Amino acid sequence: MNEEIPNLTAFDEAALDEAFARLERQARAAAAALDNDAAVEAFRLEWLGRKQGRLNEVSGRWLKAAPAEAKKLLGVRFNALKAVVEGLLDAALGAGQDGSWGGAALAAEAIDITLPGTRRLAGAEHPITRTLNEITRVFAALGYSVGVGPEVETDFYNFESMNFPPGHPARDTQDTLVVAGQERRPQRDRLLMRTHTSPVQMRTMEQQPPPVRIVIPGKVHRNDAADATHSPIFHQVEGLCVDTNITFSDLKGTLDHAMKALFGSAVKTRFFPSFFPFTEPSADVQISCIFCGGKGCRKCKQSGWIELLGCGMVDPAVFAFAAEKQPGYDPKKISGFAFGMGVERIAMMKYGVSEIGSFYAGDMRFLSQFA
Amino acid sequence: MKILTKWLRAYVPGVPVDDAQLAEDLTLRGIAVEGIYDLGNGNGSLFEMDITTNRVDAMNHYGVAREAAAIYGLALAGLDFALPKAREGAASYPVRIEAEDACGRFTARVLRGVTMGESRDWFAGAEVATYFGLLEQKQISNAVDATNFAWIAMGQPTHVFDLDKIEGGIVVRRARKGERLKTLDGVERVLDAEDLVVADHAKALGLAGVMGGWDTMITPATKNVLVEAAWFDPIAVRRTARRHGLHTDASHRFERGADFNAAPVASGLVSAILLESGGWLEGELVDVRVAAIEVRTAKRKPVELKLSEVHRILGATVDAEGITAATVEGVLTALGCELATCCGAALDGASWQVTLPSWRLDLEREIDLIEEVARVYGYNRFANTLPEFGEGVRALPWAEKEAAVRRTLLGAGFHEAIASTFCSATEAALTAPQPGLSVPLGNPLSEEAGVLRPSLVPGMLAMIAGNLNRDVSDVRLFEVGTVFSGNTEKVEERPSLAFGAVGSLPEQGALQAARAIEFHDVKGVVEQVLERFQSRAVDFDRFPAEAGLTPEWLHPYRAARVVVDGATAGWFGELHPREAAARKLKEAVLVGELYLDRLYRLPLRQPIAKEISRFQPVRRDFSLVLDESIAWEKIDRAVAGLQIPELVEWRAREVFRDRKLGVGEYSLLLGVTFQAADRTLREEELQSFQARVVEAVGKVGARLRS
Repeated sequence: MNEEIPNLTAFDEAALDEAFARLERQARAAAAALDNDAAVEAFRLEWLGRKQGRLNEVSGRWLKAAPAEAKKLLGVRFNALKAVVEGLLDAALGAGQDGSWGGAALAAEAIDITLPGTRRLAGAEHPITRTLNEITRVFAALGYSVGVGPEVETDFYNFESMNFPPGHPARDTQDTLVVAGQERRPQRDRLLMRTHTSPVQMRTMEQQPPPVRIVIPGKVHRNDAADATHSPIFHQVEGLCVDTNITFSDLKGTLDHAMKALFGSAVKTRFFPSFFPFTEPSADVQISCIFCGGKGCRKCKQSGWIELLGCGMVDPAVFAFAAEKQPGYDPKKISGFAFGMGVERIAMMKYGVSEIGSFYAGDMRFLSQFA
Repeated sequence: MKILTKWLRAYVPGVPVDDAQLAEDLTLRGIAVEGIYDLGNGNGSLFEMDITTNRVDAMNHYGVAREAAAIYGLALAGLDFALPKAREGAASYPVRIEAEDACGRFTARVLRGVTMGESRDWFAGAEVATYFGLLEQKQISNAVDATNFAWIAMGQPTHVFDLDKIEGGIVVRRARKGERLKTLDGVERVLDAEDLVVADHAKALGLAGVMGGWDTMITPATKNVLVEAAWFDPIAVRRTARRHGLHTDASHRFERGADFNAAPVASGLVSAILLESGGWLEGELVDVRVAAIEVRTAKRKPVELKLSEVHRILGATVDAEGITAATVEGVLTALGCELATCCGAALDGASWQVTLPSWRLDLEREIDLIEEVARVYGYNRFANTLPEFGEGVRALPWAEKEAAVRRTLLGAGFHEAIASTFCSATEAALTAPQPGLSVPLGNPLSEEAGVLRPSLVPGMLAMIAGNLNRDVSDVRLFEVGTVFSGNTEKVEERPSLAFGAVGSLPEQGALQAARAIEFHDVKGVVEQVLERFQSRAVDFDRFPAEAGLTPEWLHPYRAARVVVDGATAGWFGELHPREAAARKLKEAVLVGELYLDRLYRLPLRQPIAKEISRFQPVRRDFSLVLDESIAWEKIDRAVAGLQIPELVEWRAREVFRDRKLGVGEYSLLLGVTFQAADRTLREEELQSFQARVVEAVGKVGARLRS
């Protein structure tokens, strides 16, 4: 039951507003709780009853007590309140029946909208796949098709044709997992887990005369002990561009553009001489630290730079191997560049992953973060 | 490798920059300084270097000094110095190279009356004690320190023998099979006929270019010594070192190519240091050379270099002037090349005949010289240009199909995972679709990773177990990867898809009770994957356990074979309880594999819109009672067999079992929808359709529940 209608002492507009608002709140609260016909009838009697109805009481007590100048103000508010209460009653008497949706019947259907939403959990693309796709997309926009090749390679494609001659010390830098039982086979036919995606360069050139523009995403393996940043399994994206008049400055421009596309237009690149048997000149590429913008931070060991990829102009010796099957690869007439990058390293940097092993553990908690 | 800037600067007086800038300048030219440590007290800095394997010539102080001289255009100090005049010997010391394919040069110098002991801080510029102290190189004795000094200064390995223990003279030859040699590390070695040895007339004295011998080593009692400085063939040294499991400073250098002309210089350096402690030279330097090797190293034919080729490969520079003939000449001369302008210079710019320095065996071709020009000129002074856009971009034929498979799994709430490429032989035997065709590794990382995975299932099971062990109870994973079959002669690679699920369904909320994921949830995902492809027929079948056709990793009564257009395209179901127990998994694990190569042969399904009927559909439910032996498939086929065009959809709406049914029976609510494309169905038509449905399912053993 509601409180008794109080006597009013002040009749200014503010006092009247407050008094009527209080009554309206009471009426709405009462209407919202109506859940059966008897309650609706009780509500009607309580508010609109001709003798004891609250509105009747209001008019009796307040209108009489009001000074003449306040009677009009009070009357307007009284009629408004009456309309609200009647509306509440209509709604309670049957939502929709008379076209007035709202009120008690729907109020009874109230739900807790603050409970968290029910989620149909979406699967998450693996961060390595995601990074591989980002990289290939950037190069696709530069005219690069995707090339792939086998994970089990021959010594010829993995090493010899990439200008790692048998017995060459450069082979030592890539600890290789080999397939069992190869000892009796000729060296170039021996099977091994490819240590880089570079052999696909040769496979592609053997299939296709110049020009060539491909990116090669793929899984590679090395006989490396696992630690926070090393894994016997990892992924690379290799790129190859061959045509007439491809220059070192084209290589620089292409990678500078690609790094800006991948890491933001503010990123700067710089090139250092390096050594890879299959390119000459060879370079390592650093980008300005994406965390500190080059000022120096913990991530870049205060240097302002992060080493990200290896590249160079395709070595004429590599073209010579390709020319055995495709004479168009004459190093006097064409030139080209190749580049390669470690996908895990980029993914670790972009997504703040500190252990390379997280990529291969299939831990739902780790993977969910990429949904 | 460590470099003292104090020592370095002694070889290039006048370097105009401080150590930090020197480090930066060297690094930008490929002589990478990884760390700089200030030594204080006017001792300069210690550089920690990381030099690529092709630049073995720069892995010493003089080599780095040469680079600095090229960068700053400075003169490099000489390494030669005067030795005291030799006393006449009886005859020159006998040295013979038998293995002319593997030893290009052997120099020997005889020193007599030498006192073995502590080394001193000797001659001009060579503050051995200071340098060694700063480098934390232990001083051992004058003989050892002298060879170490020559090594650190100029990267030439040398060796000092106790002359009185050598019988007859020196012979460089291949070892005799079974010949024995105790090396300086105290190991008694049995030699191979391929091993290259330095021997005397009676026995092997040391492994050439790898390690000296125990019997002829210097002792405090040694009075007379023979100083060896030689050039050995990279491959011969590499093979010898490998065979004996040795990797020494000397073998490291010889394997990568030593400087043919460095031997006499290093010999002089070592001798001079030793003579500081007394004694004298006997006879002149004995210097035996093999012409065939000298031609390949110190006296190589000049290489032609054209300026036009430099421009063709390197392209545009930032500064307008670019790379000129003067740039090329300046850089290459500073690095020790001799340039003679030559031939057809008129047409396309300058052209040179370039004589190559003996210490740069990595320089052989025109491109090598172009790299040197770019390197010393500075990579970052080249412009960033883009090549012209040429061909169209081609996608891999299966790229879209793989993407469709991934999207389906992701949409079903499975996270993508990447597992190991390897598994154990046991797991391979358990999961290989073609038993026996698995490929072992020759040098596996571990026994658990000894075989190339023939299936993605072992990796999936390992990842599921990993999650459960970490108390992650809801797991839904898939992997798209390569599986391997064949043998060690020929390995076949195929794309595959594995999926696994444990725990509850993907919905999560406060208002729904969690429901455990079960076989049909996974079957639904498989069906969705298959629906991406345009196939004629998809079937799921199973075999009696005793047929032995179900893979051993699957529960024989809760597994299905996936058949697409008549060919097996995969298997899935509940993990066999035996395998679950072996992996200590208490939960029901759903796991499966689809052979993507089979699916990729099919085109992707192209959606084709059918006109949607404007007429009212009529839905009818039939409550059927069936024997447990009658599977849905029979009902499904029976309804399909009616071939009523107006029967547009039918499905099992509910399956339940209750006590009111007979033993071995279950109830099925069959929901059927009738709809015509061109009219509203009349009641009598519907009656007839319904009767036919009841009759058809009745024939396969279903009765209507009363």
